[in-house]
Amino acid sequence: MNLKNYKIDDYYDELLNPKRQARPGAGKLINYLKKLTPEELQKRRYAAELAIKTMGITFTVYSQGENIDREWPYDIIPRIIPLREWQKTEEGLKQRLTALNHFIDDIYNEQKIIRDKVIPAEILKSSKNFRKECTGMKPVFGVWAHICGSDLVRDKDGTMFVLEDNLRVPSGVSYMLENRKVTKRVFPELFEDYNIIPMGDYPSNLFDTLCSISPRPLDFPEVVVLTPGIYNSAYFEHAFLAQQMGAELVEGSDLVIGEDECVYMKTIEGLSRVDVIYRRIDDLFLDPEVFNPDSMLGVPGLMRAWKKGNVALANAPGAGVADDKVVYTHVPDMIRYYLDAEPIIPNVPSFSCDNEKERSYVLANLENLVVKPANESGGYGMLVGPHSTRRQRQEMARLVKARPRNYIAQPVIAISTVPTLSDNSIEPRHVDLRPFTLQSDRTHVTAGGLTRVALVKGSLVVNSSQGGGSKDTWVVAPNQGRS
Amino acid sequence: MLSRVAERMYWFGRYLERAENMARLVNVNASLLLDLPRMVKQTWGDLINITGCSDLFYDRHEKAEERNVIRFLVAEAGNPGSILSSIRMLRENVRTTREIMPSEAWEQINEFHIFVKNNVNSALKRDGRHEFLDAVLNFCHLISGLLSSSMSHGEAYNFTLIGRNIERADMTTRIIDVGCLNLIHHPDSTPETYDNILWMNILRSLSGYQMYRQHMLERINGEDVVAFLMRDKEFPRAIIHCLDELNECVSRLPKNDYPLRSISRVQRAVQELDVIKLMNGKLHEFIDTLQVDLADIHSQVSQTWFDYSSNEVLAEQDQARTG
Repeated sequence: MNLKNYKIDDYYDELLNPKRQARPGAGKLINYLKKLTPEELQKRRYAAELAIKTMGITFTVYSQGENIDREWPYDIIPRIIPLREWQKTEEGLKQRLTALNHFIDDIYNEQKIIRDKVIPAEILKSSKNFRKECTGMKPVFGVWAHICGSDLVRDKDGTMFVLEDNLRVPSGVSYMLENRKVTKRVFPELFEDYNIIPMGDYPSNLFDTLCSISPRPLDFPEVVVLTPGIYNSAYFEHAFLAQQMGAELVEGSDLVIGEDECVYMKTIEGLSRVDVIYRRIDDLFLDPEVFNPDSMLGVPGLMRAWKKGNVALANAPGAGVADDKVVYTHVPDMIRYYLDAEPIIPNVPSFSCDNEKERSYVLANLENLVVKPANESGGYGMLVGPHSTRRQRQEMARLVKARPRNYIAQPVIAISTVPTLSDNSIEPRHVDLRPFTLQSDRTHVTAGGLTRVALVKGSLVVNSSQGGGSKDTWVVAPNQGRS
Repeated sequence: MLSRVAERMYWFGRYLERAENMARLVNVNASLLLDLPRMVKQTWGDLINITGCSDLFYDRHEKAEERNVIRFLVAEAGNPGSILSSIRMLRENVRTTREIMPSEAWEQINEFHIFVKNNVNSALKRDGRHEFLDAVLNFCHLISGLLSSSMSHGEAYNFTLIGRNIERADMTTRIIDVGCLNLIHHPDSTPETYDNILWMNILRSLSGYQMYRQHMLERINGEDVVAFLMRDKEFPRAIIHCLDELNECVSRLPKNDYPLRSISRVQRAVQELDVIKLMNGKLHEFIDTLQVDLADIHSQVSQTWFDYSSNEVLAEQDQARTG
């Protein structure tokens, strides 16, 4: 495969430098790709598609009143990150989640950070994800967000930024693991040449994390995965993680709260006590007694059981207060405040529309900015300035003026590219990276993460709900004695 | 294992069996009916009687004629017992328990569903009917074979067997009942040759003709057919065989007192049966009680393992803990 026509343009490419030479770690992969004919490459792609079909890797899209299970979109060319660089990112992610957990714990208790005026009190008052019901709670180890999926992007000059922290029910980790399995089937010979740090231990690390927060110090706590059910777009992942951890996959109707305010699941042996719930249901649907009374997905009384300390919930209710995009703009301050350290991974420079000066800058520069609603995920409700129409910009200006607290803006980041197989050639496509961090008494970061790729030429939107695909991500160590 | 999952596996077993039974029933009877002279009493309406859905059928159709009956039993989404509905429910039950099933089985069930959806209309025409129903039978066998050879024979599998055997025994009772109503009530008006053909047909509806011949060396006669279908321990669709299997499956499960007691009671009743007496007018009555008994086993199974009105059970547990 010829890479002579590969256009690097103005972006940072993850595998090739501007002279189209392989970056550190990518040499063997690039040489290998060059040796393959286009036909051979297509053959590998078919092999991957077949593997995905037979392994049943799907995600669910809701369209035209019907739920459709689609095959997971995957590109066969992996993204490579040298171990040395990754170690720094890993430290940065640990630091960040530690600070975020300090923040959440503080917010629901003393609120020192507000009293010390590091963060303005108004932010909390208008936060959609602040749950007053959680005030005064002290989850074990002071950890509220046990599982965090952070979205990282790399800019033109190669700097890695954190774009978002997902602290509610981040998804994607099963695809990260399945991608690796598929790549092993497609390019087994490359695994011979490379020292790729394995990531398959995630389910067992997740299980350990969940066990460690059990309210009963038993050897074998009962851990369950709580899913909203098959109509949820991440149902595949819920089933996958339950299966991998050997935990029961439960729906709300499988659980009851006893008179002793403990949680039980209904089994054929009778009721059986549940210690830890890895919940994949949003806060507001968790418990109809406390939140949305119409929720059929949750368990009436679950919050009572949690507040009594009879069950652990991961992530804890209310943890989402810290993945609000306005709160996001203050994470560097949190790191300085709680940890007395400088952030290892920077934030993308952001303008908070709440602040009058910053707002007028945003309104004057909509064409060059990305404007995001503070509380949405999945890329919904976003304006990408340079790709927008006048009408879209006018509409956004109206929204921002009406509810400035709901919006932040960021400069358009020229996010990096990775060579990607398109119809018959290899072309650059934009990517982000979502590593997953686990925290309880220990903190663990996945080696790499889920690389999401915008399969449409020139597109910057990587969400799988909006036409994005994925790649395997290799963190590679220098070879030691292995030839 | 979760009660919800157990329940879905149980219904999976029932729907798979139901689809298979329905396909065989329609296949065998449809080809037979075309051959019989008018004077023989069996009609298309009998197929509706067998399934116990007369009310539903006559709500939707005026007359029990070939086209309507076949459409109702095979292709109507409004009939929960139709092949189309059974396959839809089959798939739905597996879709929600995918983590339990071997993935090959899930793939086959998906294909089955797609096949039935796309081809169900060919069953409405005489020339395409046989081929369609044969394919349905093949899918059913393929799926039960896959499960038997690639799924652990643990609790989940056990529940599919319980569902299958209840459904199977139920179908056998219905076929005996309807067949015998015709034969016993009109013994004089039916020429002997056709009498034979009808008994053979009953056996074929349960794919029991060959097995019957191997076991019973005499010519076909009513008493022997009924005795064979009631209590041949080796024939898989004989009622006693289904009950024996049920007993075995239920014995492997926790808290099985009540369901096990019901099953054993019915087993005894079938074993102690006096067939000759039965054939003199008591058969229909006996079959009626048998159907009530099977419904009772179903509700025992369901109450024991699937339903929890949470408070009762909690109270029970509290007692166990304090007492």
